[in-house]
Amino acid sequence: MTDTTIDPAEVAKFEAMAAEWWDPEGKFKPLHMLNPCRLDYITGQIAAEFGRDLDAAAPFAGLRVLDIGCGGGLLSEPMARLGADVVGADAAPRNIPVAQVHAQAQGLAIDYRHTTAEDLAASGAQFDVVLNMEVVEHVSDPQGFLTACQRLLRPGGLMICSTLNRNSKSFVVAILGAEWVMRWLPRGTHDWRKFITPDELYALIRAAGLVPVDRKGFVFNPAGWSWSISARDLSVNYVTASVKPG
Amino acid sequence: MDQHPNPAPASPDIRTDIAIVGGGLNGTALALALARYGHAVTLIDALPVETRADPGFDGRGYALSIASVRLLQALGVWPLVADQAQPILKIRACDGRAGQGASPLYLEFDHAEIEEGPMGHMVEDRVLRPALLTAIGGAGVRHLAGETVVAQAVDDLGAVLELASGATIRARLIIGADGRASPTARRAGITRNGRDYGQTALVCAVEHDLPHEGTAWQLFLPHGPLAILPLTGNRSSIVWSETTAEAARIAALDDAGYLEELRPRFGDFLGEIRLAGARFSYPLILTLANSFIAKRLALVGDAAHGVHPIAGQGLNLGLRDVAALTEVLTHARRRGDDIGSAITLAGYQRWRRFDTTTLALGMDAVNRLFSNDNPVLRLGRDLGLGAVGALPGLRRRFIREAAGLTGDLPRLMAGQPI
Repeated sequence: MTDTTIDPAEVAKFEAMAAEWWDPEGKFKPLHMLNPCRLDYITGQIAAEFGRDLDAAAPFAGLRVLDIGCGGGLLSEPMARLGADVVGADAAPRNIPVAQVHAQAQGLAIDYRHTTAEDLAASGAQFDVVLNMEVVEHVSDPQGFLTACQRLLRPGGLMICSTLNRNSKSFVVAILGAEWVMRWLPRGTHDWRKFITPDELYALIRAAGLVPVDRKGFVFNPAGWSWSISARDLSVNYVTASVKPG
Repeated sequence: MDQHPNPAPASPDIRTDIAIVGGGLNGTALALALARYGHAVTLIDALPVETRADPGFDGRGYALSIASVRLLQALGVWPLVADQAQPILKIRACDGRAGQGASPLYLEFDHAEIEEGPMGHMVEDRVLRPALLTAIGGAGVRHLAGETVVAQAVDDLGAVLELASGATIRARLIIGADGRASPTARRAGITRNGRDYGQTALVCAVEHDLPHEGTAWQLFLPHGPLAILPLTGNRSSIVWSETTAEAARIAALDDAGYLEELRPRFGDFLGEIRLAGARFSYPLILTLANSFIAKRLALVGDAAHGVHPIAGQGLNLGLRDVAALTEVLTHARRRGDDIGSAITLAGYQRWRRFDTTTLALGMDAVNRLFSNDNPVLRLGRDLGLGAVGALPGLRRRFIREAAGLTGDLPRLMAGQPI
């Protein structure tokens, strides 16, 4: 790997957790709990952007989707199940065999690669959709990373990017709550100073050459122990959709 | 876990998304609903099609709530049965005593008090069953009639069912819709909790001289409740509970003797009554599965919860499972999730188990209160009925509860697409 924006210390942390990806009660439980909500947003945006009917047999057939920071394949597999042609990229080498073995057992053909957005962009790869979920807060150069994402999109392509807001509430919820109190995530998973506000992210996305079209919050509801999408509350977890002009 | 020990066959005969075991009303309605939302469904029914399609006239009927009717409308089944459905326009609950007919203290609920129209419809089994079969014929459901499951095995990918004919089916999810004894639940190691009420429901249909005017009666008699539910024409369906010993004695009587027992309980407000159709008896046993889900498996209807039929809620509860499970699985499918994953199924269990347990325990308590000749309890419940009757808010709540409009209503039962 050359010209990477991945911080080596961050990669090592996730490597240590890789084997746990597919255990819904394991270390990635919060991600498994959030996943339906993330997928509702992603599938809804893709269906709207490309005019697909989600009740059809393979609604995403013919779409080329890149899942950056694919981990164990929690997003890559659903995209493949919906008929998309999926490349899953991860900077942590140990995630790749974990994801490959699981996809194969599920009967899903997914092209998992140990690579980065920057290297893929340099190779000239092109996609209709780039999923960039909970990655940007872990990279050392967010602007360089988002520019690589833009280069990976075909004109008219769609990028979905989610991350964590930076304010006192996200510090309490994501750092103290998730890592220290609930022990949902290993301590040190997140560095709060790297969190990005929605306005900062919009500015970075625009500077990368993409046009932001939508943003929503992912809100945890402790009473129902579940997540939901909110149009207003972007205070902790939030997601954006952007398109490449053309 | 009592799972089949053999490894999954390398090449199953049938691959499907969802295999439904049990071709009764709930299983068939679920197959139809899932197929309408794009799932590949296989329905396995132990009975041959001819038996299901032509159950003959036996006088059994279902009090379908407004919510259940909406589901059947959404599934396109309602137009096939609407002409033969009797709207329930009034419900009268009454504390009667054996031999005295209806006491003057009663509660009346009129459909005019809520906006949704009739509180429900009575539909006969012989009408509903063929209508559902006709509907699945055009929905792309793979229907295996006259087939029995002999073994089931689950793995991380899904489940494999082995049929008596030797055929094998691989599905991502299996659904047990196979009744109170649910072999599907048993094979998955799901235990049950239950209570035998020591009561038996006697069920029959009667013809009467006078029109019922769409009124459903619930008479609370000392030995157990008696429901008179209006069918089309001058006919009513009777559900009548007695202690098991007394029910056995009455069931053994000839038709004339049976009617002699029924007449004083029934009263004479509909004129002379005659039996119309067969007589049935069902022991009243509450049975709740300790889990509605297992790995790669979900239960619906009586397989999950067999309740006391005090308010005709058995089928309505089952159809609520059908609507909720269809909603959960359709959302999972649309987002590309594995429809049989533990997280998907947990969503169904969370939604349905609390609702069902509450209702089952509630009906149990009502039955205990009213199946008693203790004068103190009797005074209390007369006062209670009076209080409900006097307060408009409580009355509307009671009506909406009976109409199935309370609780966390699935979209298909709220008149909305998923």
